[in-house]
Amino acid sequence: MEKTVNQKAWFLILPVLLLVAFSAVIPLMTVVNYSVQDTFGKNQFFWAGLEWFEEMLRSERMWDALGRQLMFSAIILVIQVPLGVFIALNMPKSGIWSSFCLVMMSLPLLIPWNVVGTIWQIFGRVDIGLLGYTLDALGISYNYTQNTFAAWVTIIVMDVWHWTSLVALLAFAGLKSIPDAYYQAAKIDQASRWAIFRYIELPKMMGVLMIAILLRFMDSFMIYTEPFVVTGGGPGNATTLLSIDLVKMALGQFDLGPAAAFSIMYYLVILLISYVFYTVMTNLDKKGG
Amino acid sequence: MEWMAWTTPTAIFFIIIACTLTVFTVLAIKFPEAPRMGILRTETTRGDRLFITLLGSAFINLAWLGVVGANQPYALIVCLAYAVSVFRWV
Repeated sequence: MEKTVNQKAWFLILPVLLLVAFSAVIPLMTVVNYSVQDTFGKNQFFWAGLEWFEEMLRSERMWDALGRQLMFSAIILVIQVPLGVFIALNMPKSGIWSSFCLVMMSLPLLIPWNVVGTIWQIFGRVDIGLLGYTLDALGISYNYTQNTFAAWVTIIVMDVWHWTSLVALLAFAGLKSIPDAYYQAAKIDQASRWAIFRYIELPKMMGVLMIAILLRFMDSFMIYTEPFVVTGGGPGNATTLLSIDLVKMALGQFDLGPAAAFSIMYYLVILLISYVFYTVMTNLDKKGG
Repeated sequence: MEWMAWTTPTAIFFIIIACTLTVFTVLAIKFPEAPRMGILRTETTRGDRLFITLLGSAFINLAWLGVVGANQPYALIVCLAYAVSVFRWV
């Protein structure tokens, strides 16, 4: 059947375009304008050219924050994706227990970021927090305000607690979409549990898993509230991730020019990675369909 | 618009981007094209190739600024060569 081509349908997305213009395009243009100027307040600006970009490219502080950010995103992906898939594989597929598990898994996703940060900040405290107190009682040295390793463990475990459910739920949706015939064929072939996972479940889950990886990467790459509430970027700068550093620069020091140059580079990296993911996902879809 | 802190160079930059997007939109409507397979082994349309060109050009400019650090306009020549390659082979 031939599809009707009607270019007028593009007008239907006009409201969304207007909304995006006000919420994203205009602020982004302003950031570009700030990035080539200097200001001392009172809305007075002085031309600086590419100075801030040059300064940021040579800034050890920015490269360190980028390194920490990439490490954080890599660690949480390495933990959350396999763990999410493992949980999805072991969840009941139907019945009341399936619904119960789904509700329980969704709970952490419903908690606002700052509340999650506060929960873990108190949970990890050695004097009143259950985790901190227990570890201390067991003789394990744990203090996320003074020890870099403890701070990193805390923000990673917090993120895993908060977001693994998302990967699990997406993987579960992927698993549920596999028709029984595939499993019956595998049974006839006497396929092992590993073979079923490798050749049936994993390929069928690949589409949703890519979405899960993209979402988790983007979210972790832009994370701000939770680590800010728990560690404030410390001890020292040990957990100062990109967005925390950016906010410190823009609002703490009121260095709008360097912060704008910094945020444009940050945005370009996110855009590049998202495009790569998008291309891979589209290719997977085409191969699958 | 004063609060947006406009400057002439940034205004020209955005006008060029807006004009490019308009031209490509008109081209896409007037002369629709089938996606083609390029060296990235993925199907691309003219719009995709424009996006790859613009994004790549931003990184080329940053790399030039970081590595060479002078004569920034020459980076645009590299961008132009990059754009031609993208539209020819990607």
